[in-house]
Amino acid sequence: MTQKFKREPVKMVPAPSHGILPERDALSRPVLETRNLGIDFGGLHAVEDFNLIIGKTEIAGLIGPNGAGKTTVFNLLTKVYQPTIGTILVNGRDTAGMNTVQANKLGIARTFQNIRLFGNMSVEDNVRIGLHNQIGYSTAAGIFRLPSFFRGEREQHERALELLSLFDMQDLADHQADSLPYGAQRKLEIVRALATNPSLLLLDEPAAGMNPHETEELMENIARIRDKFKIAILLIEHDMNLVMGICEGICVLNYGRIIAKGTASEIQQNPTVIEAYLGKRKEGQA
Amino acid sequence: MKMKKFKNLSGNLITYAMVVVAFLLCELALSGMIDGFKMSRSLKGQLVPICVYIVMAVSLNLTVGISGELSLGHAGFMSLGAFSGILFSQWLLSAFPQTDLALVRLVGALITGGIVAAIAGVLIGIPVLRLRGDYLAIVTLAFGEIIRNLLNCVYFSLEGASVHFSFLDPNLPGTVVINGPMGAIGVKKLASFEAGFLLVLFTLVVVLNLINSRSGRAIMAIRDNRIAAESVGIHVTKYRMLAFVISAALAGMAGALYGLNYSTVQAAKFKFDTSILVLVFVVLGGIGNIRGSIIAATVLTVLPEMLRDFGTYRMLIYAIVLIVVMLATNSPMLRSTLDGLAGKLKNAKEGDKA
Repeated sequence: MTQKFKREPVKMVPAPSHGILPERDALSRPVLETRNLGIDFGGLHAVEDFNLIIGKTEIAGLIGPNGAGKTTVFNLLTKVYQPTIGTILVNGRDTAGMNTVQANKLGIARTFQNIRLFGNMSVEDNVRIGLHNQIGYSTAAGIFRLPSFFRGEREQHERALELLSLFDMQDLADHQADSLPYGAQRKLEIVRALATNPSLLLLDEPAAGMNPHETEELMENIARIRDKFKIAILLIEHDMNLVMGICEGICVLNYGRIIAKGTASEIQQNPTVIEAYLGKRKEGQA
Repeated sequence: MKMKKFKNLSGNLITYAMVVVAFLLCELALSGMIDGFKMSRSLKGQLVPICVYIVMAVSLNLTVGISGELSLGHAGFMSLGAFSGILFSQWLLSAFPQTDLALVRLVGALITGGIVAAIAGVLIGIPVLRLRGDYLAIVTLAFGEIIRNLLNCVYFSLEGASVHFSFLDPNLPGTVVINGPMGAIGVKKLASFEAGFLLVLFTLVVVLNLINSRSGRAIMAIRDNRIAAESVGIHVTKYRMLAFVISAALAGMAGALYGLNYSTVQAAKFKFDTSILVLVFVVLGGIGNIRGSIIAATVLTVLPEMLRDFGTYRMLIYAIVLIVVMLATNSPMLRSTLDGLAGKLKNAKEGDKA
C-alpha cells in the first residue's frame, strides 16, 4: 500500500501554508476560511464542525470514504446548500445569504462529479458561457449588433481559445461538447470553471474515468494552472497517487467530520485515517 | 462530431432568404405578374394572419425551444397587444383628426402593443418563472385565460385627445373603442402584407441575433443545465425572464398587427385554442427550430383554406394531416418504413426501365 504512495512529486512553488492546512499566520491571507461549518438534512448531520483554511495558491485535497460528505462540502462552499451553522469566508468576505451566482462572482468556481457540460453546444461556446461575466456586452447590443457586440465576441473568442490551449484543446473548439471523450470533457469543465476567473477552484473528482497516463497529465496541469493563474485549488479525489502527489495539504473527512488534517506523509501515518479507510483491527489480532 | 464553422450564420441566412423569396413571390402573384397563378380571395385575406402567426410561432419558440419553458398563455400576450395597439392607433386618429398618420399609427400601435405585452410579461413572469415544467405550463394557461376574461370587462372610449376607461361599466362619454365583450369596434384597418413581412423580418432579427449572442448562450445554458449555468455565475432568473419578456413583446406586436387587420376584434378570438394552435406550429416545426416554425405556421394557416373543398370533413382532414406529419417527422419506425417503401418504388421503376 505504501509503495503506491511513493512517487516523484510534481515540482511546484511552496504554498504559504507549507503543506499544513490548519492554524496559520494571518498574514498569508487565506482565500477560503470556514468556521464551524455544518449542515443537517432532517436530523442527519451531513457535515459538522468543518474548519478549513486554504491559503492563496495552495493545492489542497479533500478525501474520505464514500458518503463522507465531501461533495456536500463543495455544495456548501458554492452555496448550492445554505449551511445550517457556521460561516464561510471567501477572500475575507462572509458569504452568508449568498447564492451560487454570487459565490461565483466572489471567486469560487467548481467542476462536477457527474460532468455537467452544455452537451449540445460547441466546446468554444461552453468556455464562452464561462466567460459570461468576464467579457460582457448588453443584450441590446447583441440583438442590434452594435459595435460592442463585435468587440465582445472577438474578445470572448480569443480568450476562449487561449484558455482551451491550456489543455491543448484549441483544435477541438468547434466540436460538440458531448462528442468529446470522457477525459476531455473533464478538462473542458475545468477550463469553463477557470474562465470565470476564480480565486479558488473546486475540482470534484477530476481524475475519475481517466487512465493513469491522463491522470499523470492532469496532475501536471493542475500544478501548472495554479502557477499560471495564482489561484488556490481544492480537490476531491479517490486516486491516492494524485492526492498524495500534488496536494500540499490534505483534509480527511469521515461521517461528515474532519478526522485528520496535514501533509501527505502525516495523513498516511495517521492511525484514524487508516482505520477509516481500512477498518479497525480486531482485538488481539495484532 | 465536428460542428461546421459558421453553421449558424449560414443557417440564418437561409432563413432570411426563404422569407424574402416567399414575400417577393407573393407580391408577384398579387400583382398578377405570374401567368396562370391567381391568388384566391380567401388566400389574400390570409396573408396578414400568416405573418402574424409566423411572428407568434417564432416568439413562442423563443420561450419553448430556446428557453425551454412550456408556455400555454401566448395568446394572452397577443390579445393585450391587439387591444392596446388598437387603442393607441384610434387615439392618435381621434387626437389629430386632420393629419393623415397611417404609418405613424401602425408603427405606434405595434410599439405600444409590444410594450404593453412586455410589461404583462414581466408581471406574469415574476410568479410564473418560479415554477418549472408542467406547473409553469398550467400557470401560464391560467394567466392567458385571466387576461382574456379581464379584456372582456374593460371599456375604453375616446373624446378628442382624452381617453375614458371603465371596468364593467359600459356607459362612457365619447366614441367607444373597446366595448367589453363586443371587443374593439370601428377599427380603422391599417395592417398590410408589407407591414406583416417587415414585422416577420424584425422578429427574425431579434430572435436569431439574440440566440447568437452572449445573452442567448446564457439562456440556452440555463435550459441545458441549470446547475452548471449557476455555477459559472449566470443569473438564472434574469435570463429566463429576458427570454419570456422578449417573447411576450413580440407576441404583443403580432397581436397589434392582427388587431389592425380587422374592423372588429373580440377577446374571444384569443382563446386557449389560439395558444395551443401556436404551440402546434412550434412543435410541428421542431422545438428550437426557427425556420421550422415559419414553415409550419405558414402551411398550417393556409391548409384549412385549401381544405375548403372537403366541407364538413375539413377539420378532420386537418387533424389527420397533423398526425401524419408529426409521425413522419418524429417516429423513427415510420420513417424507416417510408424510406424502405421509397427504396422499393425506386427499384421497381428501375426494373421497369431495364
